[in-house]
Amino acid sequence: MTPALSLQDVRKNFGPTEIIRGLTLDVMPRERHAIIGPNGAGKSTTFHLISGRIKPSSGSIRLNGAEITGMAPYEINRRGLSRSFQVTNIFPRLSVFENVRCGVLWSLGYRYSFWRFVDKLRDANEKAHAIVEEIGLGARRHAPAGILTYAEQRALEIGVTIAGGADVVMLDEPTAGMSKAETEQAVALIRKISEGRTLVMVEHDMSVVFGLADRISVLVYGQIIASDTPQAIRQNKAVREAYLGEEAH
Amino acid sequence: MSTGVKHFIAFAALAIILIALPKVFVSGSAHTMMSLMGIMIIFALSYNILLGQTGLLSFGHAVYYGLAGFCVAHAMNYIAREKIGVPLPFIPLIGAFAGLFFGALFGLISTRRAGTVFSMISLGIGELVASSALILRSFFGGEEGIPTNRTKFPPFFGYKFGPQIEVYYLIAFWCFVCIALMYALTRTPFGRMCNAVRDNPERAEFVGYSTQRVRFIAFVFSAIFAGVAGALATINFELMNSQSLGAGQSGLVLLMTYVGGVGHFIGPIIGGVIITFLQISLSDITKAWMLYFGLMFILVVMFSPGGVAGWLALHQPLLKGGRIFRLIPAYALALVPMAMLAAGLIMTIELAHRMLVDAQSDGSVMKLAGWTVDAAKAQPWMLAIGLLVCGALGLKLAWPKVREAFAAQSAEVAQ
Repeated sequence: MTPALSLQDVRKNFGPTEIIRGLTLDVMPRERHAIIGPNGAGKSTTFHLISGRIKPSSGSIRLNGAEITGMAPYEINRRGLSRSFQVTNIFPRLSVFENVRCGVLWSLGYRYSFWRFVDKLRDANEKAHAIVEEIGLGARRHAPAGILTYAEQRALEIGVTIAGGADVVMLDEPTAGMSKAETEQAVALIRKISEGRTLVMVEHDMSVVFGLADRISVLVYGQIIASDTPQAIRQNKAVREAYLGEEAH
Repeated sequence: MSTGVKHFIAFAALAIILIALPKVFVSGSAHTMMSLMGIMIIFALSYNILLGQTGLLSFGHAVYYGLAGFCVAHAMNYIAREKIGVPLPFIPLIGAFAGLFFGALFGLISTRRAGTVFSMISLGIGELVASSALILRSFFGGEEGIPTNRTKFPPFFGYKFGPQIEVYYLIAFWCFVCIALMYALTRTPFGRMCNAVRDNPERAEFVGYSTQRVRFIAFVFSAIFAGVAGALATINFELMNSQSLGAGQSGLVLLMTYVGGVGHFIGPIIGGVIITFLQISLSDITKAWMLYFGLMFILVVMFSPGGVAGWLALHQPLLKGGRIFRLIPAYALALVPMAMLAAGLIMTIELAHRMLVDAQSDGSVMKLAGWTVDAAKAQPWMLAIGLLVCGALGLKLAWPKVREAFAAQSAEVAQ
């Protein structure tokens, strides 16, 4: 089976410092895959490399078997990969509904069209409406995104990310900064939206990771040192030393 | 009421206003002023496609207004000379095509980047075009510009467009069409993505849109409508000269749009009307009118960044809640020191202008609002400073009361 996402010996250096040092990773279709690792291991950089925000120095990245290395973010997005951000990254002056609708438009083929009214696009509006309900912001749909609470903005972040119907969804620390109750809600939402999709996420909260992921990759100093089921990762000696061991202190 | 009905009512009202205005203000100078207002409304709205909708600050928007105006002047002369049977009301379409052409040409360069880089390139292109206008005399006509004659066209339903009133209706028609089209544009998928690119270009890329493409299309649209405005200016003045594409004109459209309010569609319409009115009436009263424009711009930027439209929108909930009249006492209280401040400021500017600019030739005795004052004496200066100080102190005392009243009434409405 072709991996949904495949990284082969990807390297990234900023000046003389190599941040990502030969990263190789396969994520299978429909898999929930978590990337964990200590601070500064290069998790966010890996996300940026895959999604096109920064370009790798060398190596190859494939999405459903097709080369996407060095493409612009919008090209990668059009091929079916969508991501969220660690720091909330939405359209603050647009309403909740319009935020989600902006995420829907391209995938339905409306592109840059200026000859039809956006309010009359039944499919786009219905889809945006359904997603707003799904992420639990139905009551807030007309509020400008900039005035939402933190947890609501995080939910909207996920809503915008999945709106385009991408089959590979990448979430960067989706529960960071949330209370316990908010985290539980977020996990339920992530479980729901990743149904039938490939999910790659970076997460620090180990209960979230071990509760959600089918497979876990451990990133340390720009390299994947292990990639396996949660059970196997928990018992992996190298991982315990490099990473999980720190947690036990 | 559904949005469709609301829009229909708004545009019907706009049409009625445009038709009825010359019947209310019947003087020739009023018709001249209203014609110019119509042109400036289109120009300012076209600028707001960039600034308000897409978040692009251009310092060279007059390039598209002016270049289209010159193309139209030449086209009009050619059509009249060769006796091609195109009636005058269709001429603005030539301006639109000229705007499209130059917008696409310069847009390719300038929309590659957003932010400061975009602004700098727009400034560079503006200077480039303005300076070549003085060199390429055959196209731009040097200092005098290119004159033309709007009456040499076949009559359109009997109208020859000689009298200003007929030109007004021609401008009003195109003004209506352009307002409707530009409003419609904001409600398309493309229009919404302009807002998305303005709010957060990075995220727009991650939902599948090339921000560069969005900026480019927005730029071309704004140039098309600026071209229509330039064409109407050529028809209105029967002349196009290089001032119309220079930095002054680019600054003026920025001023109009910003003072009117970039955050609301109606803002540039308000700005176009107010600034045109002030430009014509102030330049009759005082030679320092440019200074007042600068002051007004600074005041709006500092105290009402949403412009007039933003200020009005702030009061909308109170109007709906029927509590707007409760603000009148507080506003009246603040108006007294404001008037003193304004009077002191005007006096200072006029006295200084007299002493610095005109005293050598005309002496220091001047007329100020009907009074004869000597700018070289101390008394008028003392009065001006007194007004400034009292006004400033008074406003400092009155302003908290305004805030208080506004907050109190807003809280009432919220409940």
